[in-house]
Amino acid sequence: MNEATNDNLISGATGDWEVVLGLEVHAQVLSEAKLFSGAATEYGAEPNTQVSLVDAAMPGMLPVINWKCVEQAVRTGLGLKAQINNYSVFDRKNYFYPDLPQGYQISQFLQPVVGEGEIIIDLDDGSTKIVGIERLHLEQDAGKSVHDQHPDLSFVDLNRSGVALMEIVSRPDMRSSAEAQAYVKKLRAILRYLGTCDGNMEQGSMRADVNVSVRKQGDPLGTRCEIKNVNSIRFIGQAIEHEARRQIAIIEDGGSIAQETRLFDPKNGETRSMRSKEEAHDYRYFPDPDLLPLTFSQDFVDEIAASLPELPDTKKARFISDYGLSAYDAGILVAEAESAAYFEEAATGRDAKTVANMVIGSLFAGLNKAGLNIINSPVTPENLGVLVDLLSDDTISSRIAKDVFEMMFEDGPDQGKSPSVIVEEKSLKQVTDTGAIEAAVDEVLSANPEKVAQAKEKPKMAGWFVGQVMQSTGGKANPQSVNKLVLQKLGIEE
Amino acid sequence: MRASKLTDLSLAEARDGLLQKDFTSEELTQAHISAMEAGRKLNAVILETPEKAIDMAKACDAKLSYGGGGALEGLPIGVKDLFCTKGVRTTACSKILGDFTPPYESTVTQNLWDAGAVHLGKLNNDEFAMGSSNETSCFGPVNNPWRNKAKETNLVPGGSSGGSSASVAAHIGVAATATDTGGSIRQPAAFTGTVGLKPTYGRCSRWGIVAFASSLDQAGPITRTVRDSAIMLGAMAGHDAKDTTSIDTPVPDYEAALGVNLNGKKVGIPKEYRIDGMSDEIEKLWQQGIYWLKDAGAEIVDVSLPHTKYALPAYYIIAPAEASSNLARYDGVRYGTRHEGDNLLEMYEKTRGAGFGAEVRRRIMIGTYVLSAGYYDAYYLKALKVRRLISDDFKQAFEKCDVLLTPATPSSAFTIGENLHDPLAMYMNDVFTVTVNLAGLPGISVPAGLNMQGLPLGLQLIGQPFGEEALLGIAEKIEQAAEFDARPEVWWN
Repeated sequence: MNEATNDNLISGATGDWEVVLGLEVHAQVLSEAKLFSGAATEYGAEPNTQVSLVDAAMPGMLPVINWKCVEQAVRTGLGLKAQINNYSVFDRKNYFYPDLPQGYQISQFLQPVVGEGEIIIDLDDGSTKIVGIERLHLEQDAGKSVHDQHPDLSFVDLNRSGVALMEIVSRPDMRSSAEAQAYVKKLRAILRYLGTCDGNMEQGSMRADVNVSVRKQGDPLGTRCEIKNVNSIRFIGQAIEHEARRQIAIIEDGGSIAQETRLFDPKNGETRSMRSKEEAHDYRYFPDPDLLPLTFSQDFVDEIAASLPELPDTKKARFISDYGLSAYDAGILVAEAESAAYFEEAATGRDAKTVANMVIGSLFAGLNKAGLNIINSPVTPENLGVLVDLLSDDTISSRIAKDVFEMMFEDGPDQGKSPSVIVEEKSLKQVTDTGAIEAAVDEVLSANPEKVAQAKEKPKMAGWFVGQVMQSTGGKANPQSVNKLVLQKLGIEE
Repeated sequence: MRASKLTDLSLAEARDGLLQKDFTSEELTQAHISAMEAGRKLNAVILETPEKAIDMAKACDAKLSYGGGGALEGLPIGVKDLFCTKGVRTTACSKILGDFTPPYESTVTQNLWDAGAVHLGKLNNDEFAMGSSNETSCFGPVNNPWRNKAKETNLVPGGSSGGSSASVAAHIGVAATATDTGGSIRQPAAFTGTVGLKPTYGRCSRWGIVAFASSLDQAGPITRTVRDSAIMLGAMAGHDAKDTTSIDTPVPDYEAALGVNLNGKKVGIPKEYRIDGMSDEIEKLWQQGIYWLKDAGAEIVDVSLPHTKYALPAYYIIAPAEASSNLARYDGVRYGTRHEGDNLLEMYEKTRGAGFGAEVRRRIMIGTYVLSAGYYDAYYLKALKVRRLISDDFKQAFEKCDVLLTPATPSSAFTIGENLHDPLAMYMNDVFTVTVNLAGLPGISVPAGLNMQGLPLGLQLIGQPFGEEALLGIAEKIEQAAEFDARPEVWWN
C-alpha cells in the first residue's frame, strides 16, 4: 500500500503518527460436534453437560479429528482466496490452566491448514482496500473458569473445551480503527455467507486479538502490543483508539513501548497490561503424537470449492451491474447474506432501485427500531415487492406508500395482508382524475384569495397551495398533477 | 485334576483343557486366585479382583458348556495397571491418580474380555511405565520370582511391566497384558524367563491406556510360551477408530503362523549390537541363538544398523518430551489426588510435587527442557532426525533379511536397589530394545537359557512392520531349541 495516501494519521505533539494494525480473529467453527470429540457444541447448555471423556482429558483418552471441521476450515480458506495446504500438522501448545484439561491446546503452529489469502474491505467513503491474510489454522477452544459462584472457589465449565476454532491471522495491513472494524465486519460477512461461523460476537463465537503499534510514516514498524479477546466491533474501535494514543503519549514523553499482552476494559474504554514479554509462556509447541498429519486430496478441496456460495464481493458487483444499484447501496445490501437474499427476492422483475431504497430506508429503520432481524421481518419480501409495484404504476403516492409500509410492519407477516388489499380496503388509491384534482385546487384557491395575490408576486408560495391540496385530498392526489394545476391557475411559468 | 496342577498349564494347554471339559473355568480361575493370594510377597498384583474373576469364570463356563466362547474363553489373566478398566481402580502405579476408577474400559482389555478372558487383578508396574525395574511404583517394587542361586537377595523383575512378568513367571496368571515404550515388555520378559511381544506400532489400540510417550507406546502380551503369545496378540490386536494411530489392517491367525520351516529365511545379525563391555554370557547366548537358527535352516547374514549408538540418547529425549506433555493433565483439578494450596499455582505445585515420584519428575523436567524455546532444535528436533535415521537403518537391513536377532538385555536381572540411584545405568537396560520402538517395529523376547547364577536370559527378534507372524514362527524355533523349561524355585508362598 502507498503509505503517503494514509489520511488516518493521528496527530501528536511531535507530528503525525501512523497506526499499524494486525488482527487475529478466533472464529468458532459451525459444526455439531467438537474438533476432536463427538460432544455437542450448542450454545447456552447447562455447565458441563457437553463434555466427553476426551474433552475432560481422562487418562488414556485420544483425540480423533472431526472431518466436518476440516471441511469448514477449507471452505473458509477458499472464501478467503487462500492457499489450501493438503498437508498440515497439529501441534500441542503446552500451558497449565484449570479450564485446559489436557494441559495443552491442540493447535497448528508451523504448518497450518490454510496459508496466505486476502480480504477486500469496504470503507465508509465507498472505497475498498485489500488486507492480506497470513494464515488460518484449526485449534481447540478452552473451557471457561467461573469465579463468581463461590467466595473461595472457582468453578470450571468444560462445555466449550475442545470446540473447534479457526484462528484467522491478518497481515499488519490496517491503518485505522475504522479499517480494523471494516475488516472484522467483512470477515464476519464472509464466514456467515460460507456458513462456517455464525459470527455471534456477543456469544463469543467470534473474538479478536488486536495487535497495535505506532510509527512515524516511513519508519520501520514500532513495538506492538497485543490486546486480547476483544468481543465486539465497537470495542475493537475503542481499544485501538485508546491504545494508539497511549503508545504515542509514551513515545512523545521520551519513553519506549514494552512488548506485552493487554486487556481492554469496556467499562472505562482503556487497555491495561496483562503480562509482559518476560512473563510470556514458553508454550513448548511440538507435533501432537496422538494425531497423524492432516492430509486430504485435491478432490476433497475441489468438491468444497464447487459448493461455495456467491460471496459478498461478487454479489455486490452483480447487484451493481444487474440491478443498477450504487456501490454504496449494493455494499449495504450484501453485508448480510440475509439482506441480500431479501432484496433479491423483492427486486426480481421490478424497479430494483426503488426496492433497494425501501429496504435500506423504511425496512432497515423499522427493523432497527423494533430490534428485529431481517430473517423475522414483519414485512415479507413479496409484499414489499407488491408495494413497490403499486408505487411504480402510480396506484399510490410515495407518501401513501410510507403509510402502507407502516401498516404492513404493524400487522406482521402472519396476518400480513398484501399491500394491494390494504390500499383497496382503506381507499388509498392515488387520485389521478384531473377533474377531481382541479376541483380541490379551485376550492383551496378560492378560500385563500390573499395568499393567491401574494403568490402571484412570490412564485415560491405555490408550494403552500400544493400542501393544502394534498392535505384536503388525504394525500391521495397525484402530487405532480396538483403542482402543475396550482402553477397553471396562479399563472406562474414553470 | 489337583488345583495346583492347573496353574502349571500354559495358556494354550488351559484353553484346550477347557474345550475338552477336563476342568471348568471356575476351577482354573480359583487355582490362579489361590496362586495370586499365595504370591503376595512378590507384590506383582496391586489390586486383586477375585470376585469379579469368579463371576466372569462362571459366565465363561456357561458359554463353554454349549460349545460357545471366544479365543480366550475362561482363561484368567492379569492386567497391567496402565490399562483403564471400567469400575476397577486404575492408577498407573502413581499416587497422583489416587483411587481413580475409570468409567470406561480400554480397547485392548475390552477385546480380551470379549474373547472370554477372566480378569484376575491389576498388576504392578513402574510409575507411568517409567522405569526398567518396577522400583518406581508407588506400590513398591515387585520381587522377581527368580533368585540368584548363591544369594537370597531379591531381584527386580524388569520394568516397566514388572508385575506382568513376575505374575506370569510365578504362574499367577496364564498371561498378562503389558505395554512397551522402550523395552517395557521385552526386558521384564527376559528377566523372568517369559515371552514378551511388542507388536508393530499401531497394531493394538492405545485408547484407554494411560499414555507415557504416545509415539512409542504399544500394548502386547507377556506369556510363558510363544504359542500363548500368538493367541493373546490375536485377541488384543485390531483397528480402533478411537485411536487415529492404530492401523486398519486385518488381524491374521497368529497361531497358524507357528510351526513354519525356516529354510530360506534370512536372519540378520546387526554388528552394532555388540556393545562395549558386553558380558561373555550375553555374547555366548547370542552365538547360541545364531547357531540354533542356522541349525533350523535359516541363513545368517551380517547387517549394519549404523545409527544404533544414538538410539538411547534420542529415546531419552523423545519419550520424556512426550511424557512431559502427556502428564500435564494430572493437575489435581478433575480427578485423582489434589493437595490444596493458597492459590492455583501452589495447588499445582503441591499436587504434582507430592503426586509424582522422583523418576517421573525427572523425566517431566527433561522433557520440558528439551521442548523449551532455545533448546528445541538442539535436542528434540535432532532426536527426531536420529529417529528417522534409525528407521532408515532398519529398512535397509530388511532388504537383506527377514528378521534380526539380538540379545534382549545387556545383563540378567539385577538386585533391587542396585541401579535405583544411577539413572544412566538404569537407562542402559533399554539399549537393545529402544531402537525397535523408535522405528515402530515388532520385537519379541524369548527365554533362551540360564546364566551361571541360574537366572534367565532372553534373545530378541526384531521384525518388519506387521511381520508378527514371521517373528512368532522364528521365535518358536528358538523356544524349541532352547528347551527352556526351568521354573523359579517357589520361595514366596
